[in-house]
Amino acid sequence: MTEGKTNHGPAVALERVTKRYAGGGGITDVTLCVGGGAFVALVGASGSGKSTLLKSINRLVVPDGGTVAVGGEDVAGVESHSLRRRIGYVIQGVGLFPHLSVAANISMPLRIAGEDCGERVAELLDLVDLPQDFGPRAPDTLSGGQRQRVGFARALARAPGLMLMDEPFGALDPVTRDALGRSYRALHDRLRLTSIMVTHDMAEALLLADRVVVLAEGRIVADETPVALLGGAGGEVAQALVAIPRDQAARLAGLVT
Amino acid sequence: MNWADAFDRVPPLLASHIVLAAAAMLLGAVIALPLGVFAARHPKFGRVALGFASIIQTIPSLALLALFYPLLLALSVQALGFLPSLLALALYALLPILRNTVIGLNGIDPAVIEAADGIGMTRWQKLHIVEAPLALTAIMGGVRTAAVWTIGAATLSTTVGQPSLGDIIFSGLQTQNWVLVLTGCVTAAGLALLVDGLLAMATAGIETQRRWLWVVPLACAVVLPVGILLDQSKAASTITIGAKSFSEQYVLARVIGRRLEAAGYRVRYKENLGSAVVFSALSGNDVDVYVDYSGTLWTNEMKRADVPPRAAMNAAIADWTRAKHRVTTLGALGFENAYALAMRGDVARKYRIRTLEDLRLASDEMTLGGDLEFLDRPEWASIRKGYGLSFARTRAFSPTFMYEALKSGDADVISAFSSDGRIAADGLVVLTDPKGVIPGYDALLLIGPKASGDARLVAALRPLIGAVRVEDMRRANLMVDGQKLSPEVAAKWLDSVMSKKP
Repeated sequence: MTEGKTNHGPAVALERVTKRYAGGGGITDVTLCVGGGAFVALVGASGSGKSTLLKSINRLVVPDGGTVAVGGEDVAGVESHSLRRRIGYVIQGVGLFPHLSVAANISMPLRIAGEDCGERVAELLDLVDLPQDFGPRAPDTLSGGQRQRVGFARALARAPGLMLMDEPFGALDPVTRDALGRSYRALHDRLRLTSIMVTHDMAEALLLADRVVVLAEGRIVADETPVALLGGAGGEVAQALVAIPRDQAARLAGLVT
Repeated sequence: MNWADAFDRVPPLLASHIVLAAAAMLLGAVIALPLGVFAARHPKFGRVALGFASIIQTIPSLALLALFYPLLLALSVQALGFLPSLLALALYALLPILRNTVIGLNGIDPAVIEAADGIGMTRWQKLHIVEAPLALTAIMGGVRTAAVWTIGAATLSTTVGQPSLGDIIFSGLQTQNWVLVLTGCVTAAGLALLVDGLLAMATAGIETQRRWLWVVPLACAVVLPVGILLDQSKAASTITIGAKSFSEQYVLARVIGRRLEAAGYRVRYKENLGSAVVFSALSGNDVDVYVDYSGTLWTNEMKRADVPPRAAMNAAIADWTRAKHRVTTLGALGFENAYALAMRGDVARKYRIRTLEDLRLASDEMTLGGDLEFLDRPEWASIRKGYGLSFARTRAFSPTFMYEALKSGDADVISAFSSDGRIAADGLVVLTDPKGVIPGYDALLLIGPKASGDARLVAALRPLIGAVRVEDMRRANLMVDGQKLSPEVAAKWLDSVMSKKP
């Protein structure tokens, strides 16, 4: 699944996937196809099931029913750890290993897979626009944005074709958030990745993704392009979410006229 | 006894203490660490495991040691000495290590764990690359607590026949030799502080990745106990001499020791063994030689209630020990140390009490002070029934404090030993036994099954038979109990008067 430059990331297909939790939440009967090289945002309120859907792809969540395929292969038939080593995974809390240096964090996916790091750490620092001298530093000496850049570098270490991101920019200040979002979109295009990103921020989804999937109470209620959503498609729940950034934009515009 | 004498006894006991504590810590950690990892991943199991460990912690350590004796006896494995001490102390070490392992693992940022899973670590990789290093500070905290507890509680292993620094603490307590008690306590405390310091150093070393900081303590933890073990295994031919917990036993053990050393043997002492355990220890070869009393063996071990003449009883005991336990009863040392009831001379005269018969009329107003065993022994039951005694109160004391209680009036009558030097020294009256309900208490020299096969050893001890006169024994006992001389000094004196005998 380590696609070359001429190729793009793998397609992802969920077929009637269900996962219920004892305390409520989860997803019900979700079917979703993401084409290779697409950038899909999963949007919804807390508890709408968007993280459960994302984690069912790399089997951090094991569905009660249904099938998940990555690149045409059923993920249930693959050892969890070897599946995850082929998929980049970025989370809001970053989860850098605090007792290891930046370089050791970035090269960890290679180390656990028994691969040689070589010049890879230097390449990855360049890829996420971090200076080379960050390698030996401890994670707690970095700013939030720098930490998440290290998180992206680590996720990209083994050149995965598919990136799963759970609120990757959620803990960042607005300036950093915007910059990092743009940087990632550029990487997505350059590396021809398949990207699936969970966010509760509709503006972020509209600006970064090619396609926005809206979830409510464990079901997909809208699946549209950003342009279509802004044009009024997708139904009530989706439009309520779109209304917020649209109103904000209108009010900002109103301030100057 | 002075400080130099006390410190002379420390090295072998300290060595044995270190080996025991290290082995218990190792076993405790080997059990608690995987259990802790499992408990952290399965909270329901964790609650049960922690509850179990907490319950063990509430059992007093002395009781925990004592509980292993019948358990191991039932399993017919070594019920005394190293094994029960090891198991009890390891159980004690469980809780702090287990609890801190769970706390340490649960305290890791969930995002770090999610990231470890997300990049595709296997369970084992996650454990050793991420979880173990991050939980290390907490786990080492638990290990340090366990180490300090274990080193402290190891002093109690003396009571089940495992040599430790507790030997001199308990012996010192029996003979009111505070120098000895203090030496044992200070050494044990010093060892605990040192180990705690080394473990703190190791923790800092691992955290800051300064290798020598943890390599040095690790080397100490491995090299020291292993070195001691190797040294001890060289001395495999060492003869173990047992002793119960009173001065006469300490002195006689050393007289035996002197004779064996003169014959070229290496000896070590297991002291403060209870009457009930010391004979089992002998028949199990945990102890090779000790002195017991005919009446004790007759009633406690043989469960006999009749009281035959002394010579017949001794012969019957010798037959029984050989037939049932392959233990050699070499013979009687020559003096008797009977259980007797004694009173202060002035009190006895006031109430005109000279015999146990006389005591009956006065006993319902009096307090009986017994040593820790006496009140549960069959001899006391025989005396009580034989003379119809009913005391107003009975109290148990350690032998030393029993005499103090008699002096202060906290007890009116005490269970005394007829060979005790304090009877004459304190002007006590020993009540006679006109009905003959108390059996004879000849001091018998017993040799365990293994040592019985050593003709040279038996030959070295044979001259002791019939060689100890009761007045000499009393004087030697008084040297320890009254003059606070060391058992070694008293043994040397006793040995010399025996040698002068024609």
